[in-house]
Amino acid sequence: MLEIKNLHVSIDGKEILKGLSLTVKPGETHAIMGPNGSGKSTLASTIVGNPAFEVTSGSITFEGKNLLEKDPEERANEGIFLSFQYPVEIPGVSMVNFMRTAINEQRKYRKLPPMSASDFLRFMREKKALVDMDNKLTNRSVNEGFSGGEKKKNEIFQMAMLEPKLAILDETDSGLDIDALRIVANGVNKLKTPEKSTILITHYQRLLEYIVPDYVHVLHDGKIVKSGTKELALELETKGYDWLK
Amino acid sequence: MSDAIIHEVTQSEYKYGFTTDIETEVIPPGLNEDVVRLISTKKNEPEWMLEFRLKAFRQWQKMKMPDWTHLNIPEIDYQSISYYAAPQKKSISSLDEVDPEILATFEKLGIPLEEQKILSGIAVDAVMDSVSVKTTFKETLAEKGIIFCSFSEAVQEHPDLVKKFLGTVVPACDNFFAALNSAVFSDGSFVYIPKGVRCPMELSTYFRINTQNTGQFERTLIVADDESYVSYLEGCTAPQRDENQLHAAVVEIIAMKHAEVKYSTVQNWYPGDKEGNGGVYNFVTKRGICKGESSHISWTQVETGSAITWKYPSCILMGDNSTAEFYSVAVTNHFQQADTGTKMIHLGKNTSSRIISKGISAGLSQNSYRGLVKVGANAENARNFSQCDSMLLGDKCGAHTFPYMEINNESAIVEHEATTSKISEDQIFYCNQRGISTEDAIGLIVNGYAKEVMDKLPMEFAVEAQKLLQISLEGSVG
Amino acid sequence: MEKQYIELYKAHHQLIKQNSAAIINRSRDAAFAKFESMGFPSTKHENYRYTDLKPMFSLDYGLNFRRLNFPVNPYQTFQCDVPEIYSYQFFVVNDSFYPPKKKHNGSLPEGVIICGLKEASEKYPELVTQYYGKLTAPQNDALITFNEAFAQDGFFMYVPENVHMDKPVQLVNIMRSDVDLLANSRNLIIIEKGAKAQLLVCDHAMDDVNFVANRVSEVFVGENAVYENYKLENTHNKTANLSTVLIDQKESSDTLTNLITLNNGISRNNIEVEMNGEKCEAELCGMMVGGGQQQIDNHTTIKHNKPNCHSNELFKYVLDDVSKGAFTGRIFVEKDAQQTWAYQLNRNILLSKKAKVRTRPQLEIYADDVKCSHGATTGQIDEQALFYMRTRGISLPEARLLLMYAFAADVIENIRIPSLANRMKMLVEKRLRGELGMHEGCTLCMH
Ligand SMILES: Nc1ncnc2c1ncn2[C@@H]1O[C@H](COP(=O)(O)OP(=O)(O)OP(=O)(O)O)[C@@H](O)[C@H]1O
Ligand SMILES: [Mg+2]
Repeated sequence: MLEIKNLHVSIDGKEILKGLSLTVKPGETHAIMGPNGSGKSTLASTIVGNPAFEVTSGSITFEGKNLLEKDPEERANEGIFLSFQYPVEIPGVSMVNFMRTAINEQRKYRKLPPMSASDFLRFMREKKALVDMDNKLTNRSVNEGFSGGEKKKNEIFQMAMLEPKLAILDETDSGLDIDALRIVANGVNKLKTPEKSTILITHYQRLLEYIVPDYVHVLHDGKIVKSGTKELALELETKGYDWLK
Repeated sequence: MSDAIIHEVTQSEYKYGFTTDIETEVIPPGLNEDVVRLISTKKNEPEWMLEFRLKAFRQWQKMKMPDWTHLNIPEIDYQSISYYAAPQKKSISSLDEVDPEILATFEKLGIPLEEQKILSGIAVDAVMDSVSVKTTFKETLAEKGIIFCSFSEAVQEHPDLVKKFLGTVVPACDNFFAALNSAVFSDGSFVYIPKGVRCPMELSTYFRINTQNTGQFERTLIVADDESYVSYLEGCTAPQRDENQLHAAVVEIIAMKHAEVKYSTVQNWYPGDKEGNGGVYNFVTKRGICKGESSHISWTQVETGSAITWKYPSCILMGDNSTAEFYSVAVTNHFQQADTGTKMIHLGKNTSSRIISKGISAGLSQNSYRGLVKVGANAENARNFSQCDSMLLGDKCGAHTFPYMEINNESAIVEHEATTSKISEDQIFYCNQRGISTEDAIGLIVNGYAKEVMDKLPMEFAVEAQKLLQISLEGSVG
Repeated sequence: MEKQYIELYKAHHQLIKQNSAAIINRSRDAAFAKFESMGFPSTKHENYRYTDLKPMFSLDYGLNFRRLNFPVNPYQTFQCDVPEIYSYQFFVVNDSFYPPKKKHNGSLPEGVIICGLKEASEKYPELVTQYYGKLTAPQNDALITFNEAFAQDGFFMYVPENVHMDKPVQLVNIMRSDVDLLANSRNLIIIEKGAKAQLLVCDHAMDDVNFVANRVSEVFVGENAVYENYKLENTHNKTANLSTVLIDQKESSDTLTNLITLNNGISRNNIEVEMNGEKCEAELCGMMVGGGQQQIDNHTTIKHNKPNCHSNELFKYVLDDVSKGAFTGRIFVEKDAQQTWAYQLNRNILLSKKAKVRTRPQLEIYADDVKCSHGATTGQIDEQALFYMRTRGISLPEARLLLMYAFAADVIENIRIPSLANRMKMLVEKRLRGELGMHEGCTLCMH
């Protein structure tokens, strides 16, 4: 489904990813771990097409299509979703308006008619229940004044709405309290189908207890330095990263 | 600065108010072409210098004082001022030859003129009544190819450099006061830092007006060649006199490729007494140009003195990727008036500028910030951030803010913030509760308020400037 | 250039006076003399740095001194039958008040007078004398002086003590002419103690000729009175719309001025709010959408003359193509006007390389116990927010639009009439989409 080959990425002339390769097949869950600043968020941003990051060489394909040629919105409409580590606040744009626009753009991309207002509201209500999202939050502007945990929940809520094929969760667990973590993890699991894939970026074993990965990769200094199964995460939890350097 | 000055400034009123008894050569008051010629002759200047002066003088006669300020400037009789006053002894080659009275004056001011003050690591050019008295460390600097000398000396010794750069940033007829200065300036400082040289010490000029009825018109020209660095300090004081004294200076800075110039001023001209008598009229044109790519100019000023201040240290950001800063604290008390600020003119690509201005008004004073941020049509990706705050101490003073923003390029991001408020009574009370007197509390709070700017001053100036802030505000709380 | 107007006045002042009213004529000669000596300001004048009046006054315009009727029936052209904006509707065609038909408005609340200024001067001379020219007298502005010399009529509204208007009043200014036309109209609005009124002004231009409209309004807001003033400009690129609004506020009064410009040629709004009583509230806001060669210059002054008054100012500009925007916001806090709060914010988005903006906030403060601030930002649409939206599948143009609507939202939120706010929101969004044409008749009332 997702195929990354020898990816080199720079920002402001500084190389951050230095030849990274990763393959994600339909239905798989991959966890990416690694020390702060190793390039995890950079990888996520590059996959979704953040223009600030420059791909200097390598390739990314999604379902056989060259992602690097596509705009961020096309990638989204192809079914890639990123739950941001630091979601931005957009004052003045209401959650409802934002989500309705996003849903309808996706439908347009798939050559479907726009969703009626009542269908949309029903759909939204359903998805809100899934992540236990407070009504108050969806009545506000996008992320504006949301607490750290509320922002993360909002990301998962949006993921539930957009039903992506590949979800990338960048430290969605940080900032969540224990109950919220369970709710979010359950939400992710419920949305999971055999064709859908997930990339989890996390620092903690905790999340992996709820969402069990098929593979665990360690990213260090812009490269994947070790891959393994879920046991690797346990090992990292006790040993840290030093032994891998 | 030395202990002497700290001691001096901690005394309440203006402590620089002494005069020095030295033999001075003063030409009679009045201004006409002959006076301009006389000044030039006295200084033994080349023909082109005289031409520069005459051209400026002829223009000046046609010009008017600026009327757009928020200042109430009394009529100035330019014919009643003497345009040249010089300590009698001339061409000094060693300190021994300097009139001991003058040395004593600078001693009182705490200026390390003596060679043994080598440890304080500042090279000083002292200008008394428009004439440079002595430049220290000249030899040390010369080893690196740095030129730091009085302006008159530069005209004699480095005419090509002076001719090449003089008037290129502040044209002779830029404005009324610049034109006046260009016509009659008597001395000042000249600095040239050659390619690739980091000036190893702070360069400093101390200005002093001494003689009665004289105006001070000095001129500073700083040229920083490619990849060089210099930090320059300027201090000023004047004796306490009942009548007003005129000071109209021009400073020009040229920063070539990758060069960096820091210019710091602690302006403490006599502000007049509590009733508003006397004080210096300070009309100054300061402008720098970031000529080469990635060059940097930074202005820092602490303005506490002068009866009237009219001054806008500015930067033209011409080189691509050049950056400029303006940090200012302006304090006015009693009857002082200040109209000060900056202009940032963005012309090159990816240029950025930052303006931090803190105004403090007390007594019956009027304090205005006036600034322009202009982004030219070809200045892609220009950035500016401005913060202009005013603090009011007392209900009879005024604080005003007049920023102008002219943006001609859509990729610019320009942000301006300004606030005006009273000194916080809660903060004063908190200090009082901890046993700090209101007077001291105000000093603390004002210094905190101005900290962002004070932090930009070189160490040598910071202490003095802090004390100055406190003193200028003494007696401002009721 | 002034010369043609000076000569015109000298030749026709009798005619001008004959077709106006005695009270309006009283200050006419003096105003003319003042204009004759001062002329139009050049762009060297601090207040007119960003709007050049000279070229717009140098054309050869017609002036309708004889007050001939223009062939237009605004009631037919401007069917205002949108139920949401129920209002008392009045028209000023060029410079003259258009006699209303009772059947269109029903009857006004007891004691309320709305008519032409000329008619009011004849019927209620005491009332008009008490107020007319009181706010313009201390001013020293060429547009006001020019208006005072040439204006013959305009809009008059009087809301007596404690009367609360049940519906907004809508004033539609229509420019209608087959030749280039210059119109000076003069408005007088009196909201007495405890009264409440809302005025919605719509500026339109009907014909493809050059128009200059120079309008001056004096507004008196009494103790505890509430006055809301909305203005929607949707004219065309040959219109120069010069408007001066002077507002006098008495103790505990509350005013709102909300300006929205969607299409225009050159607009200059001079707005001055003077707080002459304690505990006044004044809100001033504007949303300016510029494209093509539009020029929009808002020049505002808020004078805090008395203690305990609050003012809040918010102006936003979205500028595209070669349009130019200018904003001057002067806040003046008089000595002893303690406990003043004055906030001002100006935010601009430039959408094209050639769009220009000039911002000039000014604080002049002579009292110490004040909280005043101003902020100004000019930039582009937030890149991070754009990217975030795109990762959710929203296309770039759509994401930009959403952010522009959001940008305009807080100005629209200041509109206190919900149906009007909805309508304005719709119009601004339509304009930002580039779907709102110029002078389509009454945009507020169009379906
Ligand atoms: N916009 C940027 N400008 C400059 N450097 C950047 C930028 N974004 C990221 N970097 C740098 O790139 C490197 C990788 O950052 P990245 O955010 O991908 O790390 P990470 O692995 O996600 O770290 P963390 O675990 O802390 O989230 C860091 O050194 C970071 O400072
Ligand atoms: Mg990260």
